[in-house]
Parts: sequence; structure tokens; C-alpha cells
Amino acid sequence: MKPAIQFNRVHKNFGELQALNGIDLTIPQGEFFGLLGPNGAGKSTLINILAGLLKPTYGTASVMGHDVVSDYQAARMALGVVPQELVFDPFFNVREMLRFQAGYFGRGRENDAWVDEILEGLGLTDKAHTNMRKLSGGMKRRALIAQALAHKPPVIVLDEPTAGVDVELRQMLWEFIKKLNREGHTIVLTTHYLEEAETLCSRVAMMKQGEIVALDSTANLLNKFAGKNLRLVLGNAPLPAPLLSMLKSGEHGVYMLALSHLSQVEFALSELRKANVQIEDMQLIEPDLEDVFMSLVGSASHRNDDLIIQS
Amino acid sequence: MSLMNQKWRGTYTLFKKEVLRFWRVAFQTVASPVLTALLYLLIFSHVLASHVQVYENVPYTAFLIPGLIMMSLLQNAFANSSSSLIQSKVMGNIVFILLTPLSYLQFYMALLAAAMIRGLFVGFVIYLVALFFVDLPIVHVGWILTFAVLGSALLGTFGIIAGIWADKFDQMAAFQNFVIMPLTFLSGVFYSIHSLPPFWQVVSKFNPFFYMIDGFRFGFFGKGDVSPWLSLVVVIGFLLGLAWVCLKMLKSGYKLRG
Ligand SMILES: Nc1ncnc2c1ncn2[C@@H]1O[C@H](COP(=O)(O)OP(=O)(O)OP(=O)(O)O)[C@@H](O)[C@H]1O
Ligand SMILES: [Mg+2]
Repeated sequence: MKPAIQFNRVHKNFGELQALNGIDLTIPQGEFFGLLGPNGAGKSTLINILAGLLKPTYGTASVMGHDVVSDYQAARMALGVVPQELVFDPFFNVREMLRFQAGYFGRGRENDAWVDEILEGLGLTDKAHTNMRKLSGGMKRRALIAQALAHKPPVIVLDEPTAGVDVELRQMLWEFIKKLNREGHTIVLTTHYLEEAETLCSRVAMMKQGEIVALDSTANLLNKFAGKNLRLVLGNAPLPAPLLSMLKSGEHGVYMLALSHLSQVEFALSELRKANVQIEDMQLIEPDLEDVFMSLVGSASHRNDDLIIQS
Repeated sequence: MSLMNQKWRGTYTLFKKEVLRFWRVAFQTVASPVLTALLYLLIFSHVLASHVQVYENVPYTAFLIPGLIMMSLLQNAFANSSSSLIQSKVMGNIVFILLTPLSYLQFYMALLAAAMIRGLFVGFVIYLVALFFVDLPIVHVGWILTFAVLGSALLGTFGIIAGIWADKFDQMAAFQNFVIMPLTFLSGVFYSIHSLPPFWQVVSKFNPFFYMIDGFRFGFFGKGDVSPWLSLVVVIGFLLGLAWVCLKMLKSGYKLRG
């Protein structure tokens, strides 16, 4: 079976800036894939190359086995892209936009049932006849997603689809996208909500400065790069010196210790007992993608300040 | 569904969207240019009718109307494709088109056809309204249609080029004011170029707008400043040249695909 998406040594330069630096990536059909990385890592650039909005400086990309340059028509037929920017056409209403979008791909009235399904799935049914200009920001985002799906593409790429949408829509959106995934659509998603990627994506690539720095199943990444944490509340007592090497953060008597192995809990407790420190509270915290993310891309970049990390 | 069918439907959809885009705001895109043309007609014919006689047996008001029709037709064909492109570039919604399998040729055909429809429609409405004011002969309907179609195609193409080139609305306005307007006013809409000093006669002969208007007017009166065949050759030449430039730009993805 052909891979849904393939990148071969893709480079992209904007003048001096190397936005992508040799990306190799294969995403098999049916996968729910996450593309993560700090601002400016090159996620959108990679997606835009796939969509034909940008030309690679070097390298090739394909969708369902169709090269995005030499066989662009077949490639774009198979691809639905939700752009990151919230764009809309102020002249038309939601249903008209969806009909147009399907029409560009050669689909006509026979596609209307599918359009209704999208409207329903994204909670847009009662906005179908509302002009795009009059939709709220979150509603515009839904319409943008709907437009990408209008021609029922087997491969769907969503570039931060949940930026600026409320919790309710996020749930609704993910239910709908998960359903599409179960029906066989390949899904690629970029998001700054790491928790989202963790629960949805079976595999994740982390990008940093135009390169993929980690690529694995979500479970493996969690095991490999993020051990469990031990959260201790010690009141006024200081942390015993032997434990300082494990310290991740600590203030006001609340300390977070990184565990590379579970047996370290034993060690921590015995050190505390030796130092005669009273434990007020103690908690074992499961790792999350945030930790993986921080250990891979956090150190060298201050630009990930604006990552939104849900807790 | 066959590939041919699918392509046809894609092109037709884009064409339809482009037509609806101006039709939804017809007050601004059709009614307003018609009104402008009528104001020109009223003022110029009133002021100049007793002073100017361009062709024998042709009253100035009648002489003026084909020029005004063609001027509006050309300006509106240009306005349609150029403003559609610049708007969707500035708004960013051009990605909806760029993400589709539509080829550059389909894109060109759809935008061009919509621009021609608007130009021709505005021209036709002005013609109908003008009939209330003057008797306008039609000597060669074939020439009239030929130059109307070629003129709208030429300016529709020019509009696409300008729309791709411009990044901002003020660049587009500059294009309108420094290229389109002078070319229109120095083309013989309001006068025969034979009434100009020799220098400006020569200059006018390098202006493609002159040939479009002169050939178009020939269809009404059977008279013109130059032979309609010469105009035809010049206009087709310019159209092919501009279409070639436009398709080159679209094919390379200039300013549309980085
Ligand atoms: N059209 C462009 N011209 C010049 N530089 C660009 C262009 N598009 C992107 N860049 C640069 O390329 C780099 C990668 O940008 P990109 O948009 O791909 O990042 P991203 O990973 O999507 O970030 P974000 O999370 O903020 O969306 C950035 O340094 C950006 O400034
Ligand atoms: Mg981005």
C-alpha cells in the first residue's frame, strides 16, 4: 500500500533562512499523526509544500503516491488542508463556500449529502446560510475545516485547527475527526496543545529548527524521553542535599523530582527519613508529551514560551 | 466521472464564483459604471455637441456613445479580474483556489470569462440606456461584437496580470490611475485622433486602446480613423502578447506559490 504522505530530503530556504533542513518522513495510510514543535520550527512550511502552496528548494513530497509537483492534480485531489491562518471569503455563505470548494474538485450535487454530514459533524448546520463575514472567530474556524473536507479527501492535514476555539468545539471536532480516521482517512495534525496530541495521535514527530528531532509512537516517546515525576510537599523543610540532583523545580516547599527509574522513589524516601523531614503530601506524576517536548526542544529555544500547555 | 467532466466542472465552478462575486454587489460593479458613463454622456454631449463634428452626418453625441461603451467595457473587464485577485490575495482566501487541482490554464479561463462577462454586460447596459437619448446606427454588427469580445478579453487578461503583480490595494490603485486611465483617455473616446496635433496622433497610434475603440466605433458608423482590419491585427497581437505573459506568470506560480 502506498504511504499516505511521504517526504524525501525536503529542504526549503527563504533567502538565507533554512526553514526546512532535509525532512524525511513517511506516514502510512490510516494513521493519526501529530506534528509538533515550537513556533517557527517549520511545521506549516512542511504542510504548505505538501499542499503545493510552496515549492521545495530541494527534495520531493507525495500524497498517496502522487508527487506534489509533477502529478499535482492527483496529489491535491487526495489532500484536504486546513490552513493555519483564519481566512474566509466575505462574499458567500457557508453552504455556498462548501459547494464551490467541492466544485473545484469536480464534485457536484451528488456531493451534497456529504456536505450536510460535514455541517452536522462540525455543528454548522444552523449557520449554513450565514455569510462567512458574520460568523464568530470559532465558527469561521469550523467553516475553514469544513472547506478542507468538502471533496472528501483520503488524507486530511490540519494546521492548528483548535487555535482559538472553545472546549466544546474541540471535543466536537475531535469526535468528528476520529470518526473520519476510523473510516480510513489519514489524519495529520499540528497543535500546540500537547495533551491533544497525546490523546489523539498514535505517532508523533517533533520538529525543531527545520529538522525532525524525534519520531516515534506516542507511547515510545513517553517512555524514552520522559520518566515519571515525584511531587513532594515538605512544608518548611529544605530538600536534603542528595536529592538535589533529581530536582526539576521547587518553590514554597513543593518539589518536583525527576525519576529515571521507579526504584528512585525508595531512595528519595529513605533520604527524607534520614534527614528527618516530614512529608506533608506526595504524588507520583505520569509523564506527558510536555516533558518529552521540553527535553527535546525546550532547552535551546526560548520561543516556545507561548506554547499552551493544558493541565 | 470522467476526467474531462471533472475538469470542466472545476473551471465552471470558479467561473460561476467569480460571476456571483460581482453580481452580488451589482450596484457597485454594474450600476455605478453605467451611471458614470451616462454622466460623461450628458456633460460632454451638452458642452461639445454644438462645437465638434467628427464625422460628417454623425452628431457628436452619437459619436461619443460607442467610445463610452467601449471605455466602460474595458475598465470593468480590468476591474473584475484585478480586484478579485487583489482582494483574495489580501484576504488570504486565494488559498482555497491554490489548494485545488485547478491548473493554471483553468484558472486563467475562469477568471478571464468572468471578467469578459462583466465588461460585456456593463457595455450592453450602457448601450441600452443610451438608446433613449440618441439614434445609434449599426453598420457592421460583426465588428462591434468582435471588438467588444477581444477588448474585454484583453483587459480581463491585463487585470489578471495586475492582480498577480500587485501586493496591496494602493499598488492596484496606482496601476489604475497611471496606466489604465491615461490609456483610456488618450485613446479617442471623446474625439477623433485626427483632431489632435501630429505628435499626439503618433503617440495615440501606439495605444492599443485606440484600436479597440476605433474598430468598435467602425462597427456603428462604417467610418474610423484607421481600417478595422489594422485594428483587428493590432488588438489580436496585444491580446496574444498579454495572454502569453499572463500564462507564464501563472504557470511559474509568480507571487502565488512561493
Ligand atoms: N513566506 C515566508 N517567507 C520567509 N520566511 C518564512 C516564510 N514562511 C515561513 N518563514 C519562516 O520559516 C520558519 C518556519 O516557519 P513555519 O511557519 O513553518 O513555522 P511553524 O512551525 O508552522 O510555526 P508556528 O507554530 O508558529 O505555526 C520561520 O522562521 C518563519 O519565519
Ligand atoms: Mg505554523
